[in-house]
Amino acid sequence: MTPASAVDQGGAPQRLPAQSMTETDRYRTEFEAFAAGRSTPEPAWLREQREEAIARFQDRGFPTVAEEEWRFTSVAPIARTAFRRPAPGEGSGVRTADVAAFGFEGAFEGHQIVFVDGRLAPGLSSITPEGGLQICSLADVLSREPERLRSHLGRVVSDGASSFADLNAAFFEDGAFVFIPPGLAVDKPIHLVFMSSRGTGPASTISHPRTVVVAGRGSQVQIVESYAGVPGAAYLANAVTQIVLEDGAGLEHCTVQRESEAAFHVGFMAVVQGRASRFKSHSFALGGRLARNDVRQLFADEGGECELNGLFAVAGEQHSDTHTVIDHAHPHCTSRELYKGILDGKSRGVFVGRILVREGARKTDAHQTNKNLLLSREALVDSVPQLEILASDVKCKHGSTTGQLDSAALFYLRSRGIPEAAARSLLVCAFASDVVGRVRIPAVKAGIERHLREQLPGLRDREIQEAVL
Amino acid sequence: MLEVKDLHASANGREILKGVDLRVKAGEVHAIMGPNGSGKSTLAHVIAGRPGYEVTRGRVLYQGQDLLAMTPEARAREGVFLAFQYPVEIPGVSNVYFLKAALNAIRKHRGQSELDAMDFLSLVKEKAKLVDIDESLVKRAVNEGFSGGEKKRNEIFQMAILDPPLAVLDETDSGLDIDALRIVAGGVNQLRTPERAIVLVTHYQRLLDYIVPDVVHVLLDGRIVKSGDKELARELEARGYEWLEASAAP
Repeated sequence: MTPASAVDQGGAPQRLPAQSMTETDRYRTEFEAFAAGRSTPEPAWLREQREEAIARFQDRGFPTVAEEEWRFTSVAPIARTAFRRPAPGEGSGVRTADVAAFGFEGAFEGHQIVFVDGRLAPGLSSITPEGGLQICSLADVLSREPERLRSHLGRVVSDGASSFADLNAAFFEDGAFVFIPPGLAVDKPIHLVFMSSRGTGPASTISHPRTVVVAGRGSQVQIVESYAGVPGAAYLANAVTQIVLEDGAGLEHCTVQRESEAAFHVGFMAVVQGRASRFKSHSFALGGRLARNDVRQLFADEGGECELNGLFAVAGEQHSDTHTVIDHAHPHCTSRELYKGILDGKSRGVFVGRILVREGARKTDAHQTNKNLLLSREALVDSVPQLEILASDVKCKHGSTTGQLDSAALFYLRSRGIPEAAARSLLVCAFASDVVGRVRIPAVKAGIERHLREQLPGLRDREIQEAVL
Repeated sequence: MLEVKDLHASANGREILKGVDLRVKAGEVHAIMGPNGSGKSTLAHVIAGRPGYEVTRGRVLYQGQDLLAMTPEARAREGVFLAFQYPVEIPGVSNVYFLKAALNAIRKHRGQSELDAMDFLSLVKEKAKLVDIDESLVKRAVNEGFSGGEKKRNEIFQMAILDPPLAVLDETDSGLDIDALRIVAGGVNQLRTPERAIVLVTHYQRLLDYIVPDVVHVLLDGRIVKSGDKELARELEARGYEWLEASAAP
């Protein structure tokens, strides 16, 4: 049953029809212009996919809080904004220095590919050849060998993603394509940077970067995705990342979201794990006015390992929502999940973590932990762990805690001479440190620590910084 | 060094200290004894500035300054140290680096030069020996996973590093077996100097066999009802507190 027919049958209204008609129509009109404006023709299957996606979006509209998956996050501010697609070249004002601010201050040693407003910025990228490793623009692959992407590109929307993923499927122009050949252990980490510019027009801009990562059999790689914007810029980054780990592959992934304070960020990451593959993810949601991140993982065969770590830190009126799904569809897989939230001001946080152990997935071993730290009385967090076990002979546990700074610990530090503001910040950093500490790329770890420190008062003192383990 | 005058303090609206008077000079060790609930820990906490207590009357002077007007961190920088009865576990915060930050804040306040990492680590080595605490232990997160005895030793280790003119030791003997007690007491004894005043808050006389006090006070129902020399502690051990309770009545 589609949401639209639910409304027809007198169920709870799922959206305001008058409002969504104009919204979805606007995107349809945009879509026609987008399709007409394309200089090089796309393969028929892709055109069909885009058509289906925009039709689905028109049918569903933006999600509303009446939907279970979106009950804690209203996207009305996104729905009512008339975004425009920036013209090619509008983002040319983004310079190396702007990227460097989010590129871990030059300390990052590895491959870097940069996209501005969802399009490749070759001048800002630096990739060195490494044993058959491919890091390139998705648009490039689409124009030269589209068949390579066919099986991947259609996949996300069939996974039951939201209508934001539909919009991405309809409108994406570019993004990163990373292919690690079987057996290759990539030496240097790969940094995918998605910058949003201020644009040159009046309205907020929108981009739909699409990234596809294929880690071949037995390959090994570290990938970092950064999402950031020029300070003050208002935009929506609507990203979809698809990751496939073939049998025995190992991928350590890191998402660092530092969007501008006026920005919206919607990210959807789908991960499919082959036999005995190992996926490790560290997700940091630090910026943006309204951010929603979905991680949808699937064990598509036996013996896989998955570790999902995450931290969100919000203040003021920021809103950060994370939904994760770990799908134990096969036996003998292990998953570990640790998500933490730090909330100050009037901010709002959401963590919904679902672990699904399907029938027959015996010897599943799954742990999930969610911990939240409230630094103000007005901050609010919703934590919903969901464990669905349909198999026997499994080990599963989850736990969720939400609390304030430990007043006994605070007094203990102060009683030794640490000023109150520094003691508070030290405890906040200590709370974050077991998530941040798992990042194994030194420059990325240092960059996240620096970002956190800059948000916290009283941590300018080097000695206090050193006290964070 | 420390002068407590007619101190009244309450917590959650209940008066706990009901007029405490105490004078401690540099070089002296004073023991405050009393049964559970007599206000011993409250006195220690009020001196250190723990939030949650309301001082309704009286004064606390430290080196002639109004201690009650200062934040806990300002008191620490002036040289007041509290060894906690229940040292707090703080995951994610390095014991030794937080201590380095604390020590240098104090040294800066005293007009001394700050210690660099090398000097500080040799200080750590030296002071760790004092309470026979493993160096690898003090480099871990603050008290995390420490045994009861290790936590108490860490408190005295911190005291040795920070070198405070006034140390208040809150039930430092509680939960220690006899060997650990000897080690902790030995550490404290080495920190007895003519410049330092020490206030020992304790429930049992046992600790005072190892750290011999100059003065013993009995705190009952929020007041010091009797003061004497170390013989008073022995008498309390033999007779209990009941015989003093008559004098506690207002």
